[in-house]
Amino acid sequence: MREPGPPMLPLVLEGIGFSAGGRDILSGIDLVLEAGPRTVILGPNGAGKSVLMRICHGLLAPTSGRVLWSHRERPGEPRRQAMVFQRPVLLRRSVLGNLTFALAVVGVPHYEREARAVAALGRVGLAAHARRPARVLSGGEQQRLALARAWMLEPEVLFLDEPTANLDPGAVREIEAIVQSIHASGTKVVMVTHNLGQARRLGDEVVFLDRGRIVERSAIDRFFRTPATAQADAFLKGELPWH
Amino acid sequence: MSTFGAVFGEAFRLIGALDLALLDIVWLSLRVSLSAVLISTVVALPFGAALAVTRFPGRDALVVTVNALLGLPAVVVGLAIYLLLSRAGPLGTFGILFTPAAMVVAQAVLIFPLIAALARQAVADAWREYAEQMRSLGAGPVASSLALLHDLRFSLVTIVLAAFGRAIAEVGAVMIVGGNIDGVTRVMTTAIALETSKGDLPLALGLGIVLLGIVLLLNVGAHLLKERAQRHHA
Ligand SMILES: Nc1ncnc2c1ncn2[C@@H]1O[C@H](COP(=O)(O)OP(=O)(O)O)[C@@H](O)[C@H]1O
Ligand SMILES: [Mg+2]
Repeated sequence: MREPGPPMLPLVLEGIGFSAGGRDILSGIDLVLEAGPRTVILGPNGAGKSVLMRICHGLLAPTSGRVLWSHRERPGEPRRQAMVFQRPVLLRRSVLGNLTFALAVVGVPHYEREARAVAALGRVGLAAHARRPARVLSGGEQQRLALARAWMLEPEVLFLDEPTANLDPGAVREIEAIVQSIHASGTKVVMVTHNLGQARRLGDEVVFLDRGRIVERSAIDRFFRTPATAQADAFLKGELPWH
Repeated sequence: MSTFGAVFGEAFRLIGALDLALLDIVWLSLRVSLSAVLISTVVALPFGAALAVTRFPGRDALVVTVNALLGLPAVVVGLAIYLLLSRAGPLGTFGILFTPAAMVVAQAVLIFPLIAALARQAVADAWREYAEQMRSLGAGPVASSLALLHDLRFSLVTIVLAAFGRAIAEVGAVMIVGGNIDGVTRVMTTAIALETSKGDLPLALGLGIVLLGIVLLLNVGAHLLKERAQRHHA
């Protein structure tokens, strides 16, 4: 059902910098994100991972550098990229209503919306909750709904910013399975996580960010086995005992 | 009619007997103020929401202006509408001065800043939480505003009720543009003012009690609605 437009990927970030309040939060970011491999963005707290993701998704404008999509979205066109935030923002209406709203926004005709929304709920195991108010769902269910909302639009790229932070292990497993299916359906997955086990399970490649700079980029196995930089080594040693 | 108790007794007798003069006045009050609230709400809610979710030059000045007009004195609104609607005024050709229509216009104008300012505040507070998600979904200002108004519907009911309370309880505007004509433009507040000055305290008091009752009932209703909604939506 995706518009057969020209592919948006690769995404090229050219000399991206972001400063606020006289502080450089990101600087000199050069990065190419290709279709295919699942990219995991790792780095210490405050490294600038969320800011980088918001710049990619177009929610923040960089203060220097350029964000170059292979095919640029035009204002008014349905978006072909989606983002799932750490804390999902759901509308105060039914579970199904949240999905039909998102479909309406991208111009899906009225008569198609419900069927597509129901199908999307089925894919994340929420079909039985369609008529419940979205905000009474558990944290894990809310995040699954946010994933359904993003996936339903069949984005070419999906950005995930710590989607399983503060969730219990069962919910984390469910969400990881959904992310895998989204990837399998052909969507490029770019994810920030604090959970190194999750990075191993869901990542093909790592972009390691430290103090606003990309310090290392490598295949997932190599990153965990033989980190190339002292910062990454220290990060892995510091984080591992808790995961 | 000299003792306090007797005045109350007679007031309740009038209410209980469904005194026709009293009912007419109550009915006109309700019609005028409900129409004013309806008209004002339809414009002020989207206006307030748009002020909250969009950025354009002059927006801040507009917000300050609307907030400042919150405390607009009813007599001043009455005077302004009077000037507009009077035979020589720019809207004089409509010929609605001293009719209920003029009273609706005056009250709608009076409560517009109240609804717009409070709606803007409510939407702006919620927008902090919603903004990124809405932009991520590709929702423009119109879709976002409507979605926020819908999500805030239960708080907005309280705002609209406050506006209704202000409309039905004001004297100055309806007095000036309506003229307090018996059987035509006499509403509860203008009748109370007149009957009190004439010394017909039971009718004035009866109307006062009905007025209080209406406002009280509406607020109880709004409270119950909000409670239920909060339990439902968490
Ligand atoms: N929209 C923003 N504007 C200005 N500064 C921001 C913004 N968002 C985050 N920051 C700051 O940028 C730094 C990096 O934040 P963030 O990207 O959230 O880190 P993390 O790597 O933990 O996700 C923090 O110091 C934060 O306060
Ligand atoms: Mg973050």
